[in-house]
Amino acid sequence: MANATFQIWRGEQGTGSFIEYATPVSEGMVVLDAIHDIQAAQANDLAVRWNCKAGKCGSCSAEINGQPRLMCMTRLNELDLAKPVTVEPMRSFPHHRDLVTDVSWNFRVKKKIRKFTPRRPDAPDGTWRMQQEDVDRVQEFRKCIECFLCQDVCHVLRDHHLHEEFIGPRYLVHAAALEMHPLDTLDRREELRKAHGIGYCNITKCCTMVCPEHITITDNAIIPLKERVMDHAFDPIVKLVGLIKGTTPGP
Amino acid sequence: MTTELETRDHDVLVIGAGGAGLRAAIEAAAAGVSVGLVCKSLLGKAHTVMAEGGVAAALANVDDRDSWKVHFTDTLRGGQYLNNWRMAELHAKEAPDRVRELEAWGALFDRTPDGRILQRNFGGHRYPRLAHVGDRTGLEMIRTLQDHGIHQGIDVHMEVTVVSLFTREGRIAGALAYDRERGRFRLFRAKAIVIATGGVGRAFKITSNSWEYSGDGQSVAFHAGAVLQDMEFVQFHPTGMVWPPSVRGILVTEGVRGEGGVLKNSEGRRFMFDDIPDNYKAQTADNPEEGWRYVLGDKNARRPPELLTRDHVARCIMREVRDGRGSPHGGVYLDIAWIKEKMPKAAEHIRKKLPSMYHQFKQLADIDITTTPMEVGPTTHYMMGGIRVDGDTQMSSLPGLFAAGEAAAGLHGANRLGGNSLSDLLVFGRRAGEFAAQFARAHSASTPDAGEVKEATQEALAPFARPTGENPYAVQHDLQSLMQDLVGIVRRQEEMVRAVEGLQKLKARAANVGVTGNREYNPGWHTALDLKHLLTVSEAIVASALARRESRGGHFRDDFPDKSAAFSSFNFVVKRAPDGAMELGKEPIPPMRDELAKIVEEMK
Ligand SMILES: Cc1cc2nc3c(=O)[nH]c(=O)nc-3n(C[C@H](O)[C@H](O)[C@H](O)COP(=O)(O)OP(=O)(O)OC[C@H]3O[C@@H](n4cnc5c(N)ncnc54)[C@H](O)[C@@H]3O)c2cc1C
Ligand code: SF4
Ligand code: SF4
Ligand code: FES
Repeated sequence: MANATFQIWRGEQGTGSFIEYATPVSEGMVVLDAIHDIQAAQANDLAVRWNCKAGKCGSCSAEINGQPRLMCMTRLNELDLAKPVTVEPMRSFPHHRDLVTDVSWNFRVKKKIRKFTPRRPDAPDGTWRMQQEDVDRVQEFRKCIECFLCQDVCHVLRDHHLHEEFIGPRYLVHAAALEMHPLDTLDRREELRKAHGIGYCNITKCCTMVCPEHITITDNAIIPLKERVMDHAFDPIVKLVGLIKGTTPGP
Repeated sequence: MTTELETRDHDVLVIGAGGAGLRAAIEAAAAGVSVGLVCKSLLGKAHTVMAEGGVAAALANVDDRDSWKVHFTDTLRGGQYLNNWRMAELHAKEAPDRVRELEAWGALFDRTPDGRILQRNFGGHRYPRLAHVGDRTGLEMIRTLQDHGIHQGIDVHMEVTVVSLFTREGRIAGALAYDRERGRFRLFRAKAIVIATGGVGRAFKITSNSWEYSGDGQSVAFHAGAVLQDMEFVQFHPTGMVWPPSVRGILVTEGVRGEGGVLKNSEGRRFMFDDIPDNYKAQTADNPEEGWRYVLGDKNARRPPELLTRDHVARCIMREVRDGRGSPHGGVYLDIAWIKEKMPKAAEHIRKKLPSMYHQFKQLADIDITTTPMEVGPTTHYMMGGIRVDGDTQMSSLPGLFAAGEAAAGLHGANRLGGNSLSDLLVFGRRAGEFAAQFARAHSASTPDAGEVKEATQEALAPFARPTGENPYAVQHDLQSLMQDLVGIVRRQEEMVRAVEGLQKLKARAANVGVTGNREYNPGWHTALDLKHLLTVSEAIVASALARRESRGGHFRDDFPDKSAAFSSFNFVVKRAPDGAMELGKEPIPPMRDELAKIVEEMK
């Protein structure tokens, strides 16, 4: 069996360096397999998150040769094994240890988004009727496995560190799923514009490119949300009320 | 090394944040008590997220002949009548409301043409019964519960692992845990505890389960004195991936067969027609044409034999492979691509109904399932056994300790039907939460004994004192091979006796494993601590499997290949003897209420 070389980021709380490991490669292997082999044979304490090993739980996010990916869905045969493969933690979140980062910010952000609030059941049996075509769009958003790779790659968070001002693509998808849910009754446009900072997104589409679930984050979620928020902000009545309350933003 | 403790108080502590734990926590919080919820991984990453096919509930949206009575009898027939019939009754009656409740919390299931929740076919279910979202139903379910739960005032402790339970004056008093991030101990004091920690699949080499499934809940409950039941009944799912080696065991959902997928051997024969058990003959198609009509929804057609129960399908696959009619990598073929002969736009249909299977094979095996058959073989999947509970309240034999979901036993008997787990989590998660809250209200707080807590922390830290001890991963791998080879899908007396001896040796090795590095996020240490649980549940599995000298459901004995009436009226249980050893016993199954017995008779 051939060997491949991995440079794995090891260290704690932001300090660390790449450590090189060689491990045998067999047919069909993914990066997570190599990490596990190294962990079992050479580095028992190598910290890494994973659960499903099938791209379903969103635990094993990392940067592989600089690309944000799921380790369990990255086949070794798509990488150039002539050179060492680098594996490092997601860089947009505080570092814990080795490949593990502190992603708790994401969980706090979600709590700030007002929850699903359905209209009263209106079918005779006390439930609702919804057509498949009316739920297709939202089902796309609900495929999200919360891997946070989109959050990792978005420059508003990664480079500008606007974690207090901007909820990031994952939660814009979440907000879109709520806003476009056929049963939901709340209007979250105001907070999307203010507290959630949708305006910071300048549609670079980097998030869409890394999404392992192939959710068209920008085109299907963020742009329609932006349009709704704009319509709302520039709605003459809203504007009038805003003027009276002195809350209409500048251009 | 510091053994300092943080202490947290909750009225109800729920251990596990899969479907069962989340549902229990939501219910307990709604009852107005303080609730803590701990999980080994991040919130939303539990096993439940991986469930694919659907959640079983007799909504009768697709076939109006369905009712709780049919679901009830299907569950008992599938479980070979070793089920806790009270649980089977409650489950069948309450599952529809639990599924509708998810919709009210934001879940979006696939729809029928008239806008209701769509239901699909699954093995052992007489009518299309599984509410689903493509093949990612578990994700929809856990996300719905998670997004609802985070607004209910529940204290969530993520990446916190419970290592032992404490009792005081004959009832539960608390739990000791460590946080993965810093490796510090946390003592939870609670009036009631719900165990919702899932299964034991990691005790086997080939499994669809993740690292989390090391049987922690069953093990800590056992060591605290609670009774375990039905531990011989491990479900081997007939269709796991077999190639390439790195994906061996990953699940291929039964939904593939529900959508018309067929099993073929290397000769191209649909071998499932060759062996249809007597008690299913009346409900099973005997020719491909009728089977296909069933898939299309023809109410007069009987279901294809690929949708027989999992235990049976898994054994038929083993037979084909053993007799030299397997695929190149030791499996058989599962073909969904063939439906293109029957319907236009078949490829599109497959991608729509089975998107993650399409993706999984494309990405991990370079196979396009819309054109090429998959290679599949059995994989360790589910634990029917677990903590013995009261059917109504989910309380274990230890007062104040409750269990729900895969960690609990009873509902599924000797074999679980697909889709009956997700509904189990909802129905009994809710019940466990309700009755745990009630118990907490009726009792005052109690405190674990300080000496016992200290002992438990010292035991947990012991591997650090042996930096040159054996590698914990090596012991884990050997345990997995032993269970796979000697207590797997086909069992024999001599092999299991060897397994008992082997487990004793592994126990000695486990007591000598060492850990390098420090306490912060150290998977080597975590693996060392899991060994005790893996060994405990393995021992319980072997002890029960040796005693059941017959074949039934998930338990197949080569030396006793038939079902025996002598084993049909009780469940095997294991409990801790005063000296700490494992003691095997029997618990008779109480006679069914007349009205239920009548239903079973009518539906035979
Ligand atoms: C690939 C796959 C597909 C499946 N498909 C279906 C399907 O289509 N339909 C169906 O009905 N069933 C299906 N099942 C079965 C079903 O998903 C599981 O049985 C079910 O999700 C178990 O739920 P649970 O709530 O009991 O436990 P889980 O969802 O597994 O949650 C267990 C929780 O306990 C926590 N935990 C464990 N140990 C500890 C500890 N020591 N300390 C703290 N926390 C701990 C874990 O972190 C986790 O949060 C499938 C299973 C698999 C693996
Ligand atoms: S499109 Fe918007 S949200 Fe997505 S990465 Fe670019 S700036 Fe961030
Ligand atoms: S939207 Fe896509 S990339 Fe972002 S968290 Fe969800 S699955 Fe991951
Ligand atoms: S381990 Fe679940 S997505 Fe990779």
